[in-house]
Formats: sequence, C-alpha cells, structure tokens
Amino acid sequence: MSPSSLVQIRQTLADPGLQAAIYSSTGRLVEKRRQAVVDSDPAEFERWREQAREIKKHTLENLDFYLERLEERLTARGVKVLWAKDGGEVVDFVIRLAREKNARLIVKSKSMTTEEIHLTDRLQEAGLEALETDLGEYIVQLAGQRPSHIVAPALHLTRYQIGDLFHERLGVEREVVPEKQTLIARRTLREKFLAADIGITGANFLVAEAGLVVVVENEGNARLSSSIPRVHIVIAGIEKLIPRTADLAVFLKLLGRSATGQPLTVYTSLLSGPRRPGEIDGPEEVYLILLDNGRTRLLADRAKRQSLYCIRCGACLNHCPVYRKIGGHSYPWVYSGPIGAIITPQFHGVLEEAWLPYASSLCGACAEVCPVKIDIPQILLDLRWESVKAKVRENSSRLERWAFGVWAWVMCHPRIYELASLFSSAITTSEGDGWLKSVPAPFNIGPIRNWLSQRDLPPPPAKTFRQLWRERSGGGPS
Amino acid sequence: MSRDFILHRVRTALGRSAAQPPPPAPEVQLPVREVPLERRIEIFSAALEKLGGRTVVAASAEEARAYAARLVEGKRAVASNAPLLADCGLTSLAGVRSGFSTALELRRALESADVGITGADYALAETGSLVLLSSASEARLVSLLPPVHLAVVLRDRLLTGLDELVSVLPDPAAATSALVIITGPSRTADIEQILVRGVHGPREVHVLLV
Repeated sequence: MSPSSLVQIRQTLADPGLQAAIYSSTGRLVEKRRQAVVDSDPAEFERWREQAREIKKHTLENLDFYLERLEERLTARGVKVLWAKDGGEVVDFVIRLAREKNARLIVKSKSMTTEEIHLTDRLQEAGLEALETDLGEYIVQLAGQRPSHIVAPALHLTRYQIGDLFHERLGVEREVVPEKQTLIARRTLREKFLAADIGITGANFLVAEAGLVVVVENEGNARLSSSIPRVHIVIAGIEKLIPRTADLAVFLKLLGRSATGQPLTVYTSLLSGPRRPGEIDGPEEVYLILLDNGRTRLLADRAKRQSLYCIRCGACLNHCPVYRKIGGHSYPWVYSGPIGAIITPQFHGVLEEAWLPYASSLCGACAEVCPVKIDIPQILLDLRWESVKAKVRENSSRLERWAFGVWAWVMCHPRIYELASLFSSAITTSEGDGWLKSVPAPFNIGPIRNWLSQRDLPPPPAKTFRQLWRERSGGGPS
Repeated sequence: MSRDFILHRVRTALGRSAAQPPPPAPEVQLPVREVPLERRIEIFSAALEKLGGRTVVAASAEEARAYAARLVEGKRAVASNAPLLADCGLTSLAGVRSGFSTALELRRALESADVGITGADYALAETGSLVLLSSASEARLVSLLPPVHLAVVLRDRLLTGLDELVSVLPDPAAATSALVIITGPSRTADIEQILVRGVHGPREVHVLLV
C-alpha cells in the first residue's frame, strides 16, 4: 500500500468529525436513492438497468463506428472535434487555444474526466485563471484539496470548516448557514461567469446518431459555462457514447435516481454546436475533445471491459462499507470507492496500488446498486488473481509461496496437522473479549504481526475437533 | 495524428475493421401511456410542487397576465421574444423589457433583472419539467440568470414525460443548437447534503399553463 494512502486511512479513521460527515452524507444519499427506486417501481427500475447495460455493451463493442458517427454529425453542425491520447494532449491544446484567443479567465464546471488529467492545476501553472464553478468543487479548490466523492466533492467538509474557508480566502464574514454560504459563492462566481473567455464542461453522454453532447447538473453552472463565454470546450472520455436519443431517456432516468434520488436532475442540456444564425446567445465556437488516456487498453479486456459502462453516479461509493469508513481521499486516484478500486489498477497497471482490489469485503452491495450492472466484486477477484500472477512472475512473493508450501504440507499430513493445532492453542491467549489480536513473543514477528494488525481471529478452542470426536466415539479415527 | 491512433487502438481491441457496420442496436422500450390532459396537469403540478416550484392554470390570457403582473410588480423583468408572451400581454406589463436581439444587450438587461419570463416548447408531466429550445424567440440565458423564472406553456404542449419527448423529438439537433430540460429551481446539496435552492440559476420557478 502506498504510504500516503495508509496515512490518510489512519487519519480518517481517527477523526470522529470526518467519520460522521462521511457516514451521514452517504447515508442520506443511500436513503434518497432507495426512495426513488421505490417510487418508480423496482421492477421498472430493473428493466432500465437491463436495457442500459445492453446499450452500453453494444456501443462499446462497436465503439469505433459510433465515434466516427458522432464526429461526422457534430462536425456538420460546426463543432471542432479533436482526439487526445492522454491528459498532456488535452492540456497542451487548451493552453494553445487560450493563448490564440487571448483568453485569461476560464470557468469550469464539474467533470471527473478533467479531474483525471489535473486540468485545472495545469492551466493555473500556465498562468491562466481556471475556476471551478460547481459549489462543491469551488469549495474543494479554495481549500487546495481534491474531490472526495464523484457526485458530492466536498462531502468530507462540515459547514463550519467551509465558513472558516470562505472567511479566510474570500474575506467575507464567517457564515455557517448553507443558504448564506451558497449566496456568497453565487455572487463571487456570477462575476467570473460574466467575464469569462472560455467555458469548459465534461459530458455525461455523447449521442452518436443524433450528434449531441449531454450535460447533466443541478446548479446551473454547466449551463452558464456553455452559454456565456465565446468559446465552449467539452472534454469527454471515449466511453461516454450511446447510439440514439431514445437511449438517453433510459440513462437519464437511471443517473438521477442512482446519484441523488432525483427522477431527473434540474438541468439536462442537449448541445449540438455553436450558436446558429438567428439564435440570440450561446458560444461562437465549440470544441469536443475525445480522450483516451488508457481507455483503449481496458477495452481490449473482454471480461473487464464492462468497467467502462460506468456513468459516474457514485451509488457504489455510498453503499460501500469500506468507502463509508475510509472516505474518498484514502484512495490513490480521483476515482474512489468500488469503481475506483476496479478502474485504478486497470488504468495504471495491476502492480501499482495492488492493495486496492483487496480493500473490499466483497459484500456485493456495489453490484446490487450499479445502474449499468457492472459486476464489481467479480472484477475485484479477477484483479486480485492478476496481481498475484504478476507478483509470481516477478518472483516478488517468495515468502508467501514458502508460507503456502508449509501450509499445504501440514494440511496433507494429519498427524503434523494435529500437532500444529495443539501447538497453536498452547501459545495463544485471548484478550478477554473473545478475540485474538496478537500472538506472544517470540512468534509475534514480521508477517504474522502485520497480518494480525489488520485482523481479529477467535482464539483456538480448548479442545480440537479431533479430540472431541475421539471422546464421543470412544476411539474413532486415530 | 491521435485520431487515427485512437481509432486503430479501438479496432484492434475489438477485433473490428474500418467501416464495418455494427449489428442493430438493442431495442429500447419506452411505452408512452395515454394520460388525459386533466390528469397530466395534476401530475405536473404535484411533481413541480415537490421540487419547490409553482404551477398556475390560467383559463384565459387575462388570467395569465394578472398572475404575471402580481409577480413582477415593483420588480425588473426581462421577457424572451416568444410570440406567446406578447399574445398574453405579458411584454406590455410595467417593468418588463423585451425584444432583445443581441447577446450583449440581453445579458446587460438580465444582469440586473429580478424575473426572467420565457415560453417553453414542451412541458413534461411526470417530472414537472420545462423543455426550452434555443432560437430567435428563446435565448438561453433568460431562464437562467435572474433569481426568478416564469414560464408560460400551452396546455397542449404538456407531454407525459421524457419517454414521450424523445419520441416526439428524436433529433433535437435538427431544431436547435441547445435544448435544455429544466426540472425545478436550481439547487445544491454540496454542503452537508443540506438542500439549498438558487445556486447559479433561479431559486423560484413559476409555470403558467394557458
């Protein structure tokens, strides 16, 4: 495990305020989703999930066709479509364009894809003012942090912390009422919107046949970003495609309900290019950047390709017992929770952050709520298997192999096994609460101690099964 | 060029060749139920009310005008160029400015406006939504910048829901560069999951069905 993740996990677990913030916010989101599913009829909801999964499967299996179709349709409407292998290409393009257009101020609406490539930081480093405008993202940017949840970026902060933050960074009175805090952000950001030269948004869906960029939001900042500035740049992963406008109906119904329990989010924008002759407002230029950044590598893996079905609703995070304890910042990449645990190793390689697939109790809640039915627990198991295989290849698991060799040998020899179990009950004692937390010296060393530092075991019983069997049957197998 | 590189990688990953047509996409079932108008109005009002919005059914243009007059009294309002608004006499109310044809003029007026008045091409009963298509009559920002949004919708434009909208309008890009579905007032729950209305968009949404 990376040391920074370990430190973050320990800090999160030791901070009662943070524990309460994460647990209660995710709890509310769980309840809102549950109510929305009940209201829409669970059988109906299940049919939408089935359809959504089939549509995503079909689209990804024919992705090249739909990408070209989308490009053709949008180009015909005046959108400039660009393709980027990685984040570097996106950043270079945006900086070049900003310089060409003499742009200084860039307003950005919430997008996980741009988080993935650290776009805002890179633009700031290039001397541009790049501002997050989603309330949660704005707070997180002011605090110099990264989002801790796909849908609710500032979920880890309390309103008291936000009051201090606004006071320090914006020079306003310390306000702890969310309504007043929201008004402060509205006023500050409204000025920025009106002065902005470029607006950047992500896309929730790209509709190939109809040539649409679809952006879903509750606040209105994505509408402002895509309506006021002269230039609108959309940055989207190549997996966001769906074929037809009719498919969109299925996905919109699933996304709002799964993310925040809303039948439909407040604003759903279906955009197809710059302002047309006769239209009064809207951008004069629209760019769509289609980003790969590791997605084609994932696409090649038949079994795990379904990871790309994800529509970033965050339901798996809210329902995950691990996420709800350790929070989003403990995960090494911008994608946290169960979906983060399966896509991070696939984007970065199984030996990077190899602990991630193990950070799960495999309870299956994530798969039960996933709107596109990604089999997350199975993918976690596949990834565990792959990381073990990779370790064996690199011969970095000698100790583990030795330990399992000894284990196998003991298990195959009944008398040795019996001796071993007698020996283990002789050296271990429980700590009074019925759980075994350590073994006494000199055995409490190295891997044994590490292993037990994360786990509890019941102590060995006073008599083994074999002893009991012999007593009952008066002899029995010996 | 990254375009060809990415497309090549996609095709290699999928074992597909260039210009190979896909099998037919899976069928999407969107059954549109027949719901009588009176019932659609009830569903719409209930859905919008739940979101903190308000629906008013106006029997005549005069009734609509009277409601709008009360809402904009003593305030500054900007109305879009939708013919329906002029037909109902809304653009001639005191304090209402209308007829903007350039983005800059319109935006200046909206920056200080308390109420934005628009038409709507459709409304969706199930979700209490308004559907606005950007055009010469309907700018994008009138429904977005002022803190209060008043929309006037013809009753026969009230559809059952999203499913009916996508069947009525399967190719929105043919009609407009920007279609927006507005479902209640702007909102956020980014601070402690506590609901706040009116973040970047309006905190109040009023719908006049005429």
